[in-house]
Amino acid sequence: MSKPKFVYVTYIKTTPEKLWAALTDPSFTKKYWFNADIESDWKKGSPWRITLADGRVADTGVILESDPPRRLVIDKWQNQFMPELKAAGYARCTMELEQAGNAVKLTITHVAEGDDDKLIQAVSGGWPKILSNLKSLLETGEIALIDK
Amino acid sequence: MTDIREFKPKTIYVTYIASTPDKVWQALTDPAFSRQYFAGFAVDVEPKAGGKFRLLYPDGRVHISGEVVEWSPPRRFVCTWLVEGMEEFAELPVCLVAYDIEPSGDAVKLTVTESHSWEVPDAILAGGRSGWPAILSNLKSVLETGKPMLLQMGPPEGFMEAVQMAVADKPWLRG
Repeated sequence: MSKPKFVYVTYIKTTPEKLWAALTDPSFTKKYWFNADIESDWKKGSPWRITLADGRVADTGVILESDPPRRLVIDKWQNQFMPELKAAGYARCTMELEQAGNAVKLTITHVAEGDDDKLIQAVSGGWPKILSNLKSLLETGEIALIDK
Repeated sequence: MTDIREFKPKTIYVTYIASTPDKVWQALTDPAFSRQYFAGFAVDVEPKAGGKFRLLYPDGRVHISGEVVEWSPPRRFVCTWLVEGMEEFAELPVCLVAYDIEPSGDAVKLTVTESHSWEVPDAILAGGRSGWPAILSNLKSVLETGKPMLLQMGPPEGFMEAVQMAVADKPWLRG
């Protein structure tokens, strides 16, 4: 059996370099990621962490691959504030950026390490919101959704 | 009328758009609008359940034909979908495409669900899985910025071969 997986693709009118910066610059991620703080130095082997606006650590992980502006892999991604999701274990998230016409194709592939699909159900609700906001922010300067 | 209970969802795509349900509805059902984001195709739809649904090439030839299953502006639009403009594809069973529009805060949540009545191979589902994100990303751009992106689109690798194999084998005819 293949592991539970969520794939989301969006096309954004921008450049791979600007999209890479949007994915890794904490002052920018905060704007489209519902005020969460994302901390990492984005080097292979470095820790990665999302902290919610209320101070709780939401998720942790480790940078497995970082190849700007093409490919970023966050491994050992684990929820830290919802016991049920934390118990579901690790996931791996791959972000791929490819030029496509005058836009960039961004593919997010989120794969659970275990067989529990609760985690994948949860991220399949969250990614479309976050990535719709990211696309709006890069194309119009404004986000689409203020509240999660 | 098509019995939609026979169809199972296989591909779901969700996007949030800074717009209103009425404008998203118009973008989905107005030919001048669809030409901008739907790879140049014009939507031609009879606005009622049981009406005709078509996607037309710029020269007026039919690419997709189907039937309106549900017409509930500005919330839900469901139609059957048959690729009529390409010979082999016309032999595949119809699929079902549902557009659901819901307010979400100040924005609109648009969910597109592609459902099938048979065990479609992944290589054929890949057509919708690569096409919908491009089409719906472009719809969002047109609604939010007034301008489409210029995307190069084509069928995914192995897609045409998978359609030819399915048409030769016709697995949907087996109970």
